[in-house]
Amino acid sequence: MSQATPLGAGPGRGEPLLAVSGLRKYFPVKGLSFGGPSLVVKAVDEVNFAVWPGETLGIVGESGCGKSTTARLVMRLIEPDSGQVRFEGRELAGGSNASLRAVRSRMQMVFQDSYSSLNPRLPIEDTIAFGPRVHGTPRAEARERARRLLAAVGLDSARFGRRYPHELSGGQRQRINIARALALNPRLVFLDEAVSALDKSVQAQVLNLLVDLKAEFNLTYVFISHDLNVVQYISDRVLVMYLGKVVETGPVDVIYNAPRHPYTQALLSSRPSMDPERRITVPPLTGDPPNPINPPSGCRFRTRCSFAEEVCARVEPPLLALPCGGHDVACHMMVPNSGHSRAGQAS
Amino acid sequence: MSSSFAVATSAISTGDRLVEVNDLTVRFVSKDTTIHAVNGVSFTLAAGEVLGILGESGSGKTVTLRALMRLLPEGRTQIGGTVRVAGHDVLGLSPGALSRVRGSTIAMIFQEPMTALDPVYTVGYQIAETVVRHENVSWAEARRRTLDLFEKVQIPSAQRRLDAYPHELSGGLRQRAMIALALSCRPSVLLADEPTTALDATVQIQILLLLRSLQKELGMGVVFVTHDVGVAGEIADKLAIMYAGRFIETGPVTPIMRAPRHPYTEGLLASTVHGAMRGQRLKAIQGSPPNLEILPAACSFAPRCPRVADICLAGVPPEVPTGPDRMARCVRITQN
Ligand SMILES: Nc1ncnc2c1ncn2[C@@H]1O[C@H](COP(=O)(O)OP(=O)(O)OP(=O)(O)O)[C@@H](O)[C@H]1O
Ligand SMILES: Nc1ncnc2c1ncn2[C@@H]1O[C@H](COP(=O)(O)OP(=O)(O)OP(=O)(O)O)[C@@H](O)[C@H]1O
Ligand code: SF4
Ligand SMILES: [Mg+2]
Ligand SMILES: [Mg+2]
Repeated sequence: MSQATPLGAGPGRGEPLLAVSGLRKYFPVKGLSFGGPSLVVKAVDEVNFAVWPGETLGIVGESGCGKSTTARLVMRLIEPDSGQVRFEGRELAGGSNASLRAVRSRMQMVFQDSYSSLNPRLPIEDTIAFGPRVHGTPRAEARERARRLLAAVGLDSARFGRRYPHELSGGQRQRINIARALALNPRLVFLDEAVSALDKSVQAQVLNLLVDLKAEFNLTYVFISHDLNVVQYISDRVLVMYLGKVVETGPVDVIYNAPRHPYTQALLSSRPSMDPERRITVPPLTGDPPNPINPPSGCRFRTRCSFAEEVCARVEPPLLALPCGGHDVACHMMVPNSGHSRAGQAS
Repeated sequence: MSSSFAVATSAISTGDRLVEVNDLTVRFVSKDTTIHAVNGVSFTLAAGEVLGILGESGSGKTVTLRALMRLLPEGRTQIGGTVRVAGHDVLGLSPGALSRVRGSTIAMIFQEPMTALDPVYTVGYQIAETVVRHENVSWAEARRRTLDLFEKVQIPSAQRRLDAYPHELSGGLRQRAMIALALSCRPSVLLADEPTTALDATVQIQILLLLRSLQKELGMGVVFVTHDVGVAGEIADKLAIMYAGRFIETGPVTPIMRAPRHPYTEGLLASTVHGAMRGQRLKAIQGSPPNLEILPAACSFAPRCPRVADICLAGVPPEVPTGPDRMARCVRITQN
């Protein structure tokens, strides 16, 4: 049992493509504190993880646990309060605007809302060509690339290229968003609830497409979703967040078949059974996630955890690597001599 | 035929036919277009029974539910067919009679509770007010009933929560308050429009289990709309799969989930991702959902169907029996 590396334990495949350590963002809350102490939402609090080239890292957790904020911080769409982000071996903190822009083009993001992220007054071919144009690609070449990408996402450029966003279905618009993200030849793509708004029949098409494009363009994905089944399908490794903290991370099979954190266990067994003859009879968890403005002391999960003991309120459990390697858990039951009555039994 | 989905030949609601819908159609007409939202839906619902309506966005689920309460914009909406709820001819009721039936006989839970709860009043006041209005009881009595309801829907610190405004409650508590509001006048039929879709997984299962136990305890008939087959599997006794405003497959929940017969249901289940599919290519349904401005005189699924043949374009497929209490609207299904 050892302290996890600051990068989170990795599968030992050399240098990670992305390494995040100590990432933190507290949002001030306006209007609630008349003269009193100013309140903050601890949206992302000392988050560490790494992504290796060619893999898909899934991020799961309930609404408001900090998934999108984590992605936005890494992309520098918002400034972190503290923490390091290394991408392709280079430190991103405090870089100049020009170097940041160059790096950012190699990290792209696809959002959930397919409509609001497209320019309504631009034909979709021009939307896709826009990024390359800004980065100095000649007009004809940018257009040619846009057409190739339209074909890559399964849309015939002759038929669709001159259409406007409102003339497309939700699934088609999401394909445009993906094509646009790929137009700058990124290495890493953050997919933030990228298929969540789509109908199941269309979602399957887009998931197949994402798998194909990953192979074709040598991509690495960070796949954020509240849909636990989709994350299981697409991810190689999974990171579980609760109230701004990483509580567990490991290979997808380990997380889904042998989760060790009580929250991960409850979250996964909250999934519908898919068998009406074997329905869930007892809710795995009671209550809602607590308010992130004033998270519980010690382990943030303790207010809903059925194993919580005195130490859980007093001490924050560290994210520790289990001996098997590549599997990190933040729970006192996993920490030898933590003071929890079940400490160290697990293994 | 004993199917509880069978189209009744005589439109008399008796015995266990709490809800009886016959050839329901709903169109939205404006000067430049007509939307054919619901195109001939028929079903019956018994007391104590849960019907799950499963379908993708725009298939007509919400419009069907709203038609059962006549909660649709009067001027632009054309409704056809018959809807009988506990003996009332809903589509023929006078406005006064309709508002008495709403709430006390049939009540609805909405997908987004914020739209149903008024932000300027406390949740306790809103529920008590409904009870006073419908049941002519004193405010003290209504408030006591509201507290009972809050306890029944398992809102912790119920007494204190009565005085909370909707925005002061978490998503899960708001949905519980919404359920309390819907139950406040002891309806015999509860309509639930995706009541858990906006909730987190751990909260969703709590609400589903709550609805299931309340439904059993109160013996209500429930129509539960969802786009998530897993959710339907946790709550429904029988399922109706909706596509382009029609029920294209109906029957008891287990056989449909284990062995769907309509090509659309097959495709929908095959494209619903679950763990065992890791590493496999998903069998997606090609194409996109239909345009409801045109009502084809053929199978609406034909343009996307892997089994399409000329016969599919000859007319709207009839109900083909596919097993005990089961039917599918597909002419390519061999009967058994
Ligand atoms: N710009 C902001 N200002 C203030 N608070 C914010 C801001 N952005 C996010 N938050 C808060 O930070 C927390 C984390 O939000 P975030 O959007 O990262 O969650 P998430 O895990 O992506 O949730 P969801 O599943 O709902 O998308 C939430 O409590 C949210 O309300
Ligand atoms: N008031 C209205 N006026 C015009 N068209 C409407 C109106 N309400 C619904 N529609 C249309 O009727 C069709 C069916 O809509 P409905 O809301 O029933 O879909 P749904 O199955 O509930 O979908 P979702 O899963 O997205 O909620 C859609 O094409 C919708 O755009
Ligand atoms: S640290 Fe304590 S409260 Fe937190 S998950 Fe482990 S046992 Fe539960
Ligand atoms: Mg988010
Ligand atoms: Mg709806």
